[in-house]
Amino acid sequence: MSEPYRTPLTSAMIQFDDVVKKFGDHVVLSDLSFTVKPGEFVTLIGPSGSGKTTILRLLMTLETVDGGTIQVGGEYLSHEERDGRLVTADEKHLRRMRKRIGMVFQQFNLFPNMKVLQNITEAPVRALGLSKAEAEQRARELLDMVGLSDKVDAHPMQLSGGQQQRVAIARALAMRPEILLLDEVTSALDPELVAGVLNVLKQIAETTDITFLCVTHEMQFAQDVSDRVMMFDQGRVIEDAAPEKLFTQPEQERTRAFLQAVIDRSA
Amino acid sequence: MDWDWQNAINALPLLAEGILVTVELTVLGSLLAYVLGLVFALIRQLRVPVLNQAVYLFVEGVRSTPLLIQVFVFFYLLQPALGIRLSAFVTGVIALGVHYATYTSEVYRAGIEAVPKGQWEAARALSIPRMRVWTGIILPQAVPRVLPALGNYTISMFKETPLLLAIGVVDVLNSAKEVGAETFRVIEPYTLAGVFFLLVSYPASILVRRLERRVGTV
Repeated sequence: MSEPYRTPLTSAMIQFDDVVKKFGDHVVLSDLSFTVKPGEFVTLIGPSGSGKTTILRLLMTLETVDGGTIQVGGEYLSHEERDGRLVTADEKHLRRMRKRIGMVFQQFNLFPNMKVLQNITEAPVRALGLSKAEAEQRARELLDMVGLSDKVDAHPMQLSGGQQQRVAIARALAMRPEILLLDEVTSALDPELVAGVLNVLKQIAETTDITFLCVTHEMQFAQDVSDRVMMFDQGRVIEDAAPEKLFTQPEQERTRAFLQAVIDRSA
Repeated sequence: MDWDWQNAINALPLLAEGILVTVELTVLGSLLAYVLGLVFALIRQLRVPVLNQAVYLFVEGVRSTPLLIQVFVFFYLLQPALGIRLSAFVTGVIALGVHYATYTSEVYRAGIEAVPKGQWEAARALSIPRMRVWTGIILPQAVPRVLPALGNYTISMFKETPLLLAIGVVDVLNSAKEVGAETFRVIEPYTLAGVFFLLVSYPASILVRRLERRVGTV
């Protein structure tokens, strides 16, 4: 299927322009603008309810914008140009855009009625049209990468939370996404299982050119893997800097207070 | 006690015929209720235009009126109006099946709603086609959870088959009545029919309860 040639709108992999998102009267994101370059690992930090997760859900088209536009890889995510005007995109466009993006959820969301292997092969077979053999070979490679080659035939319920999350990561990667969204992927895990998941993610970030947008409360991890960290508060980016700068010499008082609160909590 | 063993034994052949009819009605009626209930539930869940509203009105209507009246209307009014004449047995199966489908549809709906939202979101994030999401992810999780509730409706249906005497279906209780009319003794055939219901219903409800413990309830 060949797509008509389009001049890329931007060289950014992700670009938010004046994005507005409301839930009822509650404005979650107000005129939010930011960009993420291809291959960049960007982490969003900030207090709960500041709209971090909403950004990921908008990108995954699990929510729709109330204003502004989002571009992914130089194309509008949920808009289309028709007769020179920007209109809401149809489902076909959304389906095509969605395939470029993967997401790992806080609650893993593995399919409990399928074994581990099928959890990973299901989407490549059904959505990308891969043969079962191709999909299974790729799934085994991915399971190997996340250190779970011995769990091919296990049911999700037989796995620990950390193992389930690593399967979920393999499942997302099986679709070969250009962008991977990580939504508090270690928040539901027992503390001793967190490191295993973060190590896997770090390895993927270092060995692939996938663009990452990550919401996490794991500040050490954020500092280790991120190219850039954005501090979020009340639906706005209040500080945007390299991790070594943001974590050690934040410019905003609000950032400093937030980081101190995180340290106090984990101490 | 005035119990006549000879009369009880004499009643058995006719009762056996009735038992067969009761079992057939229950099995076929249940199958229809399971399939049609799922169809109703999917029409409602997918909000199929027009059909959604039609099913809603039909389900509410059927649930608000007695089965006996529905059987009468279907047999004596609807069929002649449509120019068809189904046997009393087939009419009974359809009446029971459709009546209980309005209940099983709500059971399926509860089962579907009980599948966590995260399953839909994961499926969407993975671009799994909508039809496959239903057949491969949602229903395989929803249906096992509703099996105990479906079993309970089958047990209810089983005990309601005598009502089909209204259109001349001779189930086990009605065959007991026939025996009584021939011999002028109702104690033995009625008691035997009651024992039959007890022998089937009680173990069946134990099975359902065991199933509930295994799959949980909705």
